[in-house]
Amino acid sequence: MFRDRKTLLLLFGMPIVQILLFGFALTNEIKNSKIVIADFAKDIASQEIIGKIEASKNFNIEKSILSSQEIEAAFKKGEIKIAIVFPNNFNYDLRHSNKAQIQVIADASDPNTATTLTNYITSIVNDYQQDIWKTSKVPYRIMPELRMLYNPDLKGAPNFVPGVMAMVLLLVCVMMTSISIVREKELGTMEVLLVSPFKPFLVIVSKMIPYLFISLLNLGIILVLSIFLLEMPIRGSLILLVAESTLFIITALSLGLFISTITDTQQTAMSISMLGMMLPTILLGGYMFPIENMPIALQVVSNIVPAKWFYIIVKAIMLKGLGFSYIWKETLVLAGMTLLFLLISLRNFKIRLA
Amino acid sequence: MRIMKFVLQKEFRQIFRDKTLLKMIFIMPIVQLLVLPMAANFTVKNINLSIVDHDHSTYSQKFISKIFSSGYFKLAGDNPSFLESYVLIENDKADVILEIPEGFEKNLTRENGQKLFIAVNAINGVKALVGSGYLNSIIMDYNNDIRSQLLQPTTFNLMPTIEVVSSNWFNPNLTYYIFMVPGILVMLITLVGGNMTALNIVKEKEIGTIEQINVTPLKKYQFLLGKLIPFWIIGMIIFSIGLMIARFAYGIIPIGNIGLMYAFLAVYLFTILGFGLLISTYAETQQQAQSLAFFFLMIFNLMGGLFTPIDSMPEWAQWITRLIPISYFINVMRMVVLKGSAFSDIQYHLLIVFVMGIILNGWAVINYKKTS
Repeated sequence: MFRDRKTLLLLFGMPIVQILLFGFALTNEIKNSKIVIADFAKDIASQEIIGKIEASKNFNIEKSILSSQEIEAAFKKGEIKIAIVFPNNFNYDLRHSNKAQIQVIADASDPNTATTLTNYITSIVNDYQQDIWKTSKVPYRIMPELRMLYNPDLKGAPNFVPGVMAMVLLLVCVMMTSISIVREKELGTMEVLLVSPFKPFLVIVSKMIPYLFISLLNLGIILVLSIFLLEMPIRGSLILLVAESTLFIITALSLGLFISTITDTQQTAMSISMLGMMLPTILLGGYMFPIENMPIALQVVSNIVPAKWFYIIVKAIMLKGLGFSYIWKETLVLAGMTLLFLLISLRNFKIRLA
Repeated sequence: MRIMKFVLQKEFRQIFRDKTLLKMIFIMPIVQLLVLPMAANFTVKNINLSIVDHDHSTYSQKFISKIFSSGYFKLAGDNPSFLESYVLIENDKADVILEIPEGFEKNLTRENGQKLFIAVNAINGVKALVGSGYLNSIIMDYNNDIRSQLLQPTTFNLMPTIEVVSSNWFNPNLTYYIFMVPGILVMLITLVGGNMTALNIVKEKEIGTIEQINVTPLKKYQFLLGKLIPFWIIGMIIFSIGLMIARFAYGIIPIGNIGLMYAFLAVYLFTILGFGLLISTYAETQQQAQSLAFFFLMIFNLMGGLFTPIDSMPEWAQWITRLIPISYFINVMRMVVLKGSAFSDIQYHLLIVFVMGIILNGWAVINYKKTS
């Protein structure tokens, strides 16, 4: 296996580039959204609110426009995410009738961005309202005190990096092993193995061990990058984290082996591990989209995605600093999956022998 | 022309001979398109709230029932102490803890001010922000209720309030799958097209059949065209099936011109197949080709704007997305399907993808040495 230097370079280079790229670039925060403002009022209140919006890193004010036709055209070009309209006499209404309105028009073709941005604007306006209230004394006030646990700066990385780790490890491991046996079938060297005195179990294990070493090295690199470059904390035990990751790697390798025993050509094996695994791992792993929002049927389906369990484990150890007693269930699920894949692979392999 | 006919015959036979592969090419995208878009929902709802009520007064009870009647929150546990609630957060059973201190009612009515304690699991920052925002606005609402009860009605409306009226264009019901289906369809076509072409030539190299082709009078470009055309047609077919799924399973009727989408698809497939081709000219084994294809396709997948908005990425990452052909197609599909954008809105996208196609294919042709 080490003969092939190009492949080796790929196996190590890929996870490094991906963990850095995705670790820095992926976030579910909505930042730098381009917006337009139609300020028909042009008074103190509207200017003050616009100033607050400008100061936020979430928004980039593109330009100020004055007609609704222009708003529609800008949306169609896909340039802007929301438009904010201040009606005439905004400040006058606010001060004299104590009631004023701001209109927020969102491009809801992306509903995620639309709702999040509308929420951001609402909280900016609420802030401004609180500022006005401070000048007058308000009776009977409830003052909520808010504490953000584990991630007080509300950064995107703590949520995404464990997910990216799970995804990269899983896909690389599955892909590597999925072609291991089928490659020998295709090239004809399988016959040689079959007539040799090796037991099927030994063949399978010896197929896995080199990949296990590569993956462990990869894991080391990924952890170092996550901690030092992506600034992820490890609040729990590092040993536990490495042990759980090793289990996860073995799960992924057995899954790859399983795919390898049920296919006849490398092309099919690799297509299953790519086409079949990539999107489900991303979508059902829980780090991109919260699992509790999915329809019940999909919540059930998500249980067979190994990355989901590993994601829970990594979050618990790295961010919450919890011990094994909190994650034994998830560990058991991964161990069970591993055993299942190995047993089926072994059976498939034996049938081939017979 | 006659030679091309035979080459295509050979390629199609090769594809159709392998029944497992054929099933994969068609069934996998269909199944995924039917299942996965429903998973992509960011809406923050069903927030699990754990309540620690030290007061047990009429006020606190009314307050709690107001929170749960909002529909955003689910009761995760009614615990006597904060520590017990905290365990629920550690176990992921609760997302938010609300602690109502003793004397809540008494202090509020007599001393004019009372604190509340809220702790949020903020690992998912956006969820934490939105969830605590909901809770805050319920608190403000409840606060207003109390104030209007306790104060004279005449003095009540003296607080200046600003109302934010929001309207959602192009997708007023905020249906998430309408946004995801076109994007996932593009992704699936990219995966099938890019992957299959990347593996195809290498397979011939590895099995040795490429030697046989090398000794025939077949020209370089004819051989490459023979590899491209079948997958170009397959891509068109999958896209058409996908549009039907979008129409009949999801009820998505494109607002824009379907012909425009097909025109873009035709150019896009040319580009993405060129990408696969380029990979296969660099790789010597299928394993290498697959690893390379995997590497790039995964970057396409995650950086193409399908799941997380490109605008939120750091500047350098946004530059990378501009080199990714799929980011243009996803964007165009969403614009045409949801907003009815016309040719003039997407002409630059089309031009860029076309230029990319020329570069990728040209590079592949130069790099493909028939004699090697």
